[in-house]
Amino acid sequence: MMDTKRTTFNNKLLPYLLLAPQLIITLVFFIWPAAQAVKSSVEREDPFGFSTVFVGLTHYKRLFADPSYLDSLLRTGVFAVAVTLLSMGLGLAFAAAVDRLTRTSRIYTTLLVWPYAVAPVIAGVLWFFLFNTSTGILPFFLSQFGINWNHDLNGTHAMILIIIAAAWKQVSYNFLFFLAGLQSVPHALMEAGAIDGAGPVKRFFTIALPLLSPTTFFLFIINVNYAMFDTFPIVDATTNGGPAQSTNIMVYKVYQDGFLGLNLGSSSAQSVLLMLIVMVLTFVQFRYVERRVQY
Amino acid sequence: MASIDVEKVGKIYTGGVRAVTDINLEIKDGEFIVLVGPSGCGKSTLLRMLAGLETISEGQVKIGSRVVNRVEPADRDIAMVFQNYALYPHMTVRQNLEYGLKNRKTPKAEIDARVTEAARMLEITQYLDRKPRALSGGQRQRVAMGRAIVRKPSVFLFDEPLSNLDAKLRVSMRGEIKRLQRRLGTTSIYVTHDQLEAMTLADRLVVLNGGQIEQVGSPLDVYHTPASTFVASFIGSPAMNLVKAECQGDRLAIGPAMISLNGYAPASGTVTVGIRAEDLRVVSGEEGMPFVVEYVEELGSQRLVHGLVGDQALTIALSGESEISGTMRIAVDPARLHFFSADDGKRIVSANEAARAAAASSPAPVA
Repeated sequence: MMDTKRTTFNNKLLPYLLLAPQLIITLVFFIWPAAQAVKSSVEREDPFGFSTVFVGLTHYKRLFADPSYLDSLLRTGVFAVAVTLLSMGLGLAFAAAVDRLTRTSRIYTTLLVWPYAVAPVIAGVLWFFLFNTSTGILPFFLSQFGINWNHDLNGTHAMILIIIAAAWKQVSYNFLFFLAGLQSVPHALMEAGAIDGAGPVKRFFTIALPLLSPTTFFLFIINVNYAMFDTFPIVDATTNGGPAQSTNIMVYKVYQDGFLGLNLGSSSAQSVLLMLIVMVLTFVQFRYVERRVQY
Repeated sequence: MASIDVEKVGKIYTGGVRAVTDINLEIKDGEFIVLVGPSGCGKSTLLRMLAGLETISEGQVKIGSRVVNRVEPADRDIAMVFQNYALYPHMTVRQNLEYGLKNRKTPKAEIDARVTEAARMLEITQYLDRKPRALSGGQRQRVAMGRAIVRKPSVFLFDEPLSNLDAKLRVSMRGEIKRLQRRLGTTSIYVTHDQLEAMTLADRLVVLNGGQIEQVGSPLDVYHTPASTFVASFIGSPAMNLVKAECQGDRLAIGPAMISLNGYAPASGTVTVGIRAEDLRVVSGEEGMPFVVEYVEELGSQRLVHGLVGDQALTIALSGESEISGTMRIAVDPARLHFFSADDGKRIVSANEAARAAAASSPAPVA
């Protein structure tokens, strides 16, 4: 740990007062709802809300016996990995390109960051229109190559659509981190590489990329988290989980089962499971990634 | 092994900032050249142009018989040691040494042999499997040297390689660099702002100021016949005393004092006179110049006495045991005076020096 100077408060109440705004927000908007979710995941409520029965882990047991939930788990995995790879790959490629620029890099940086400012639901709508089966421009182009794009009927097409929409939004974020990472690679290292006979591509893969590994792992966790939990608006605005459940990823299924299917117990159990996954990922990030991925 | 020809080289950065102007330099095969000057004098820019890390805006650089202006750094047959070592932090010492050879598709057996030899030469064999961060500054420096050596380049370029080390290590590494260069006989160009490092390492010194060469010569040449007030004040510690003086025939007026030059009249009117601190001596009686002591710096073997002659500040170097009083009288051998033009600071070359330069032989007796 770093050796930092500590300020000591004589007033015992003051530190709590200073922390209070953040603590209240966390309590009201996170701890309380999370506790409620845990509570209702072990309860069953009658259709009219008159009585509630404690049912233990029944909801969880049913979930793991339910093929549609296991399917959704698998789909979420595919979706998260695809979004992460696509958005990180593009982010890295753009960062590497901008890093080589000197004069125009600011303009490109600004332009590349814009998508991040777009709300997820807007991003979803944007791609919904671009890919719209009857009026969209992309299906028109694809039809020139003999591809009959129809995400309303074709599950694979629908999945590709939400992957692209979700990845597009995240490219900006990855780009910014990768660019900062690349720019912090000491210049002398790249020069030493140049003198050592490595061309620009080889320098990138053998020097810059290994040195970026802390950034890469950080982004990997952040992106998986994003793909699993922040992509609800994108699915909601484009496919509504269809066709035939093919884009019904976990976070959307929580909503669908709970608010449309009104199965609050199962929905709560799903959201608790989702929360556990976040916790595990975050734990991995702090315990292993930050420590191990250093050179 | 190669000679290097630098012809009329200049550097202008985008935006029109001029960093280096009209550098001409012929470097012989196997020579150890030190580029020395204050920060911002263009010495690193010049080195980086030789390395190919900066484009050459003007003029031409030849390594061996080949013009390298448009040759990639990798193809110039050079190796460079950086100020912050620039070791690849994610590779072990061995991988650091191998990297350049692997990129050049050197056979594995050859790589192993060269790495083993370099590691032995630099005494880093036991650290080969460590990462750079597990090494001390001095060890990192050796690895950086090793990375240059394994390539067997025809030119070594050093960019202030010792400035990140502590004073003691710097002295010992300085010795090692010199020893290694002698042993390998590789043409070397070394950039430093430390005049002591420059003096001790160089076969020839190149003193730079404001992007231009002030003087080129052997360390002793530069020390004994600095070409300008800039070189005079930069080379040597303590710095050469530079005082304003008035030439009146063969007599020189420094403040209230008069020195007879024994028939030699270098100029008339105001000149800048340079006097090395160790050339000044204390005299008794009414001889010499009155010197009012201000403070004394004790170096153990020497005492540096700072004071005033008239209103001109002077430093004299005395032996460790010498007596010091509040006011002393000091004198200097007129032959040991250096004369510089008061206008442009250039050395006023005496007939004596001109003859010596022409003969280019051992120092002639002073007039």
